[in-house]
This record gives sequence, structure tokens and C-alpha cells, in this order.
Amino acid sequence: MSGAKEGAELRLVTPGEAIGASTGVRAGTGTLIMGDNIIATRVGWIKENNGVTSVDPIHAAYMPRSGDLVIGVVESVRNNLWFADVNGPFNGLLPMSLAPWKVEFGAAREQMDIGDVMLARVQEVDEAHNIVLTMKGVGLRRLKEGIMSEISMNHISRLRGEGDSTLRSLKEVSDCRIIVAENGRVWVDGDADGITFMRTVLDLVRNEGHKATFNASIEALIDNRRNA
Amino acid sequence: MGGYGDVKLLREDGLRLDGRKVDEMREVEIEAGILPAADGSAWVKHGLNVAVCAVYGPMEAHPRKIQRQDRAVIDVRYNMAPFSTSDRIRPGFNRRSREISKVTAEALESVVLVERYPRSKIRVEIEILAAEAGTRCVGITAAAVALADAGIPMRDLIVGVASGKIEDTVVLDLDKAEDNYGQADLPMGILPTTGEIAFLQMDGDLSVEEYNTCMDYNLKAAREIHVLMVDALKRRYAEKNGGEA
Repeated sequence: MSGAKEGAELRLVTPGEAIGASTGVRAGTGTLIMGDNIIATRVGWIKENNGVTSVDPIHAAYMPRSGDLVIGVVESVRNNLWFADVNGPFNGLLPMSLAPWKVEFGAAREQMDIGDVMLARVQEVDEAHNIVLTMKGVGLRRLKEGIMSEISMNHISRLRGEGDSTLRSLKEVSDCRIIVAENGRVWVDGDADGITFMRTVLDLVRNEGHKATFNASIEALIDNRRNA
Repeated sequence: MGGYGDVKLLREDGLRLDGRKVDEMREVEIEAGILPAADGSAWVKHGLNVAVCAVYGPMEAHPRKIQRQDRAVIDVRYNMAPFSTSDRIRPGFNRRSREISKVTAEALESVVLVERYPRSKIRVEIEILAAEAGTRCVGITAAAVALADAGIPMRDLIVGVASGKIEDTVVLDLDKAEDNYGQADLPMGILPTTGEIAFLQMDGDLSVEEYNTCMDYNLKAAREIHVLMVDALKRRYAEKNGGEA
């Protein structure tokens, strides 16, 4: 294991590659037990935690799980429900009963129309990937202003930083309200200058989020703005 | 001799027309992640064949009738560019590309963990830019790299390779002349780590011994190509460690 600098396992594996013997370890996400071996099912970095071996995928589609905070875009409206694109394989369904408003049957459009953006939580996901969203909860609302941007799933934790530290610094220096949702969408609202700064940050995440130098780059960006 | 009279495919010195040994493969080059708009992509050059593959998804399967409640469907579209051969190909689906799309989809279904994505569809677009025999195998190889690049969970990569028979001699990886004037062609989709076969077609006749030799050649070639596939995928992402894979 050549790159084990940060203490964690940093071995890159490809699908079908044997990670090790399957005895005494449990197969986590991105792995599979085949015969006596654990094999990887995705391109990613091996992670070992409490006897669970998993592969941290380098590229993955968003798979909704209940409780996730997501930013959705309304794709279609029925009489008493909305369908929202949540950046996953299936649209999320928001029924009137889980929306924060009381509107008459047939008047759903008056609250939220196609193209409107919402901050919602995943209420439940069933085995056939039906996604039910809820907007009942603290802070869940329709997002009326600001900008929305998308980043790759595996860059979310890098943008947030250790214990959300990077995100806190970004909020502070940009003077913006920022929401990094679980589905890879980022919402930013503030003055034009702050939004411009955040656009630079998000471009950096998209272009360099996978590199080891990312943390240094983003720190430099933050320091630069703090001292300006 | 083959079915075409006196077409010579082996030289006096026992080598093939392009100077390869009987068990020698054409040169292979692979790149992963070349298309920014796709979720995953790959470029494969195998001899003079060039294939580009783009993978999108998983996404909701449309039309609804193709949805499977318990697994994802793989929607493969194999297409040859009009300029890929010496005779211009009429653009669009034809009987041959429909067949290859179908068999490729079936081969890929055996490696992709389709049961992880019920009701979804994974779209695989294979575009052959240049053709010189064996494009279905190149397409499968490209599709496997592109699927892995897209982060789609798979049991293994899958490699497309072919062997065949010319002038009663079994040879690995037929080129255009050998494919057109040879006696048999045996393309396979092989799972390189386990040696399982997920796809097999045979054109022409082979004896049991010849078939076994073809198998050995194909397995050997599959392992060689597998090394290149893994290398292409790792090269794309090695940056994260500051250059170390």
C-alpha cells in the first residue's frame, strides 16, 4: 500500500479486484464476497473501519436514503402532489399531506410550479426506489432566491470539510447562506459579490475536488478573501 | 485452405500477413473518462479498430414497459459510424447492429449488479469510429471500462476477445483479411479474474481441439487486455493521491 500517508487505507481498486480474504471481515458497500475473497465492485479507494471493508467510490450516482436533505426541482404537478427531480434515478414524490401548505385540491401549482426549487427531506424510499419527500420540518421550504449548482457526490464531504469546518469558513467569508444537500446540489444566497466568490469555490470543487491538494487550494481561497 | 480458394493468409515463415505470430494480439490502447458529458466513458483502440463508449445512468427506465421490478435493464446501442469502413455504412440501426446491441447487453448484464437498481435503466452507447474486424469485442471492452468509470457496481470487468481459424491454423485476434477469408471466428466475452465466459458466438466450424486452443488464446488475451483496462481506470483517478495509484 504505497499511498498510506494519511493513516487511512488509500489503495485504488477496480471492479473484480480481490481486496483480501473474506474470513474475519465484513463486506461493506462497494464490495462483494466471492468464494474466499472480498472483491471490489466499483472503482474507488479501500476503506477499513471496525472490521468492515468497503470501497469508497470515486464516482457514484446519488441513491436516496430516508432522512437525506435534498434540493429538488419540480418536474411535474398533479392536482394534489408534486414530482421533483432529486438528481437520482427516480423522481421524488411530494404529496400535499407532507407539504407545508394547505391548498385546495387542484391548486397545487399556486404554491409550487414546474421549475421551482425546494429544500426537502427524503421521507422514505421503498425497495422499488419510490421516493417520498417531505417538506414538514425545520428549515424545509421553497427556495425562492439564490443560485443552485451541482457537484459530484464524492466531493460533498470535501466541500464540507472536517466536521463542516470548511463550510463554516465559507459561510463566514462569503457572507452567504449556503446549503450543501445530500444529493450533490448546493444552494447559495447572498449579495452578488458573495455569490461570485462561491461560484469560484464550486468551480474549484468540480475541477480539483478529487486531488490531494484540494484542501490547501480552498484554504488559500478562503484566506485570500478574508484578508482582502 | 479456406472457403475462398487460394487466398493466402499465412506467410512462408509461419507468420501472419501483418507479421504477427499466431498467438499474438493486435496492439491495444485504452483511455477512461474522455467524454465530459457522460457519467462514464472510454476510448479503446484495438489494432485499427477505434471504439468510444458512453454510459449514462442509472436512470428511470423509459418506456415504462421495459421496466423490470427487480432489476435494472441495460440499454445498449452499438453503432458503426458511416466512415468506419471502406464502404460507407448507411447511418442508423440495421439488422447487424441490433443483434450486436442485444448480445452486448446480455454480456454486460452478467457482470453489472443489475439487482441493485430496480426499475432503472443504464444506457450504454458504443460508437465504432473505425472498424477492422472484431468490433463487437472492442465494443464490449470499451463498455466495461465506461461502466466502471461511471461508478456502476460490477462483479468484474468484462473483456471482449476473439480467436479464429485461418488455413487450418488457430490464430488469436483476427484482422480484416483473416475475418473475411478465414474459416472460423470465435468472439468471446470473458470475466478476466474468474475466467467465466459471459458471451460466446461462433462463425464457421472448429474441431474440439481447435476450439480448446481458441479458448486458451482468448483467455490469455483477456488477461493481457484486463491489465490495460485496470491501468486506464487507475490512471484516471491516481491524481487523488498526488500521482500514486
